[in-house]
Amino acid sequence: MHEWALAEAVVKTALEVLEMEKGKRLVELNLVIGELQTIDIEAFMFALKEISKGTPMENAKINVEYEKPEFKCLQCGFEWSIESLEKILNEEQIEAIHFIPELSHAFISCPRCGSPDFEVIKGRGVYIRSVKIEG
Amino acid sequence: MDPRLSVIEDRLSKIRRIIAVASGKGGVGKTLIASSLSLLLAKEDFKVGLLDLDFHGPSCDIVLGIRDVFPKEEKGIIPPKIYGISFMSIIYFAEDHPLPLRGKEISNAIIELLAITRWGELDFLIVDLPPGMGDEALDTIRLMRNNEFLIVTTPSILSLGVVTRLVRFLRKINANIIGIIENMRVEENDIIKKFAEENDIKYLGYIRYDRTVESALGNIDKLLKTIFINDLKNITKHLLK
Repeated sequence: MHEWALAEAVVKTALEVLEMEKGKRLVELNLVIGELQTIDIEAFMFALKEISKGTPMENAKINVEYEKPEFKCLQCGFEWSIESLEKILNEEQIEAIHFIPELSHAFISCPRCGSPDFEVIKGRGVYIRSVKIEG
Repeated sequence: MDPRLSVIEDRLSKIRRIIAVASGKGGVGKTLIASSLSLLLAKEDFKVGLLDLDFHGPSCDIVLGIRDVFPKEEKGIIPPKIYGISFMSIIYFAEDHPLPLRGKEISNAIIELLAITRWGELDFLIVDLPPGMGDEALDTIRLMRNNEFLIVTTPSILSLGVVTRLVRFLRKINANIIGIIENMRVEENDIIKKFAEENDIKYLGYIRYDRTVESALGNIDKLLKTIFINDLKNITKHLLK
């Protein structure tokens, strides 16, 4: 379960912020999850809860905002988004992108000019939007 | 806030030495040396990892004949162990698809790979870098603290000019340079030895140009019998000191 590794990174970073801000407890964690990485949210949330146990962020409220992947072609300037990866990619390709979202350049190309030289503007992976700290 | 950066140090915390094989120029034998060095160290019973960071031209797998394997998913990804080497490469995911990446994306892919790979305990992690001082070399310096650089060059002024700049750059940022290997030597010369002396770098030795290497690629039994490996073995002794 590779979601565990991502959850570990989130908890470690959140706790680092808590320490930096000299807070006692982290009560709210606001996450953004880019859908390009096709994270198994159930596994990810389970890992977050498990890893947070016994830390000052145990029982923190976790809010998740999802982002659809948006791209911009760096050759022709066209911008597009993808509603459902399953419609354009096979299982193996989705899995490769799941591990490393940059693999999208191997399997996705600009719908207008066909170039794989694009930028992922939004929806790449996991990041922390903000945290709420007490104490 | 990018959560991945904070976890990289933990992932690398049980690795005793990280050696990045670098050169300014392409085609001087970095991949062959990085892969073979990993093989030789593993044969000496060291715990060895090999990380192919050449995203545009991953080829350590070709040198070692690695195919039909995939990392195991377990609280991250665990690199498969082949010939005693824990091997990680973008090739598992990209296969034979071209992967055009710009600088920021290369950086992002390196961060992702380092954040999710569980190497466990290693004596050596050998990193095969692409040529030059691009994102891969800069991120190796930024993300893999205490790494050491092993510089590879051929005894050609074409390679040496670029290596000179690489050495100057590494010195500027106080990087740890183990030494320089002269690869593909065809005749006796002291070009690289002199260069090493002038720049206060350890000259680790030379590897003779070996025509038989090409046909030994992908076959480690054959590879281990080459002159190339024999010469590299002598150099490896320096690294173990």
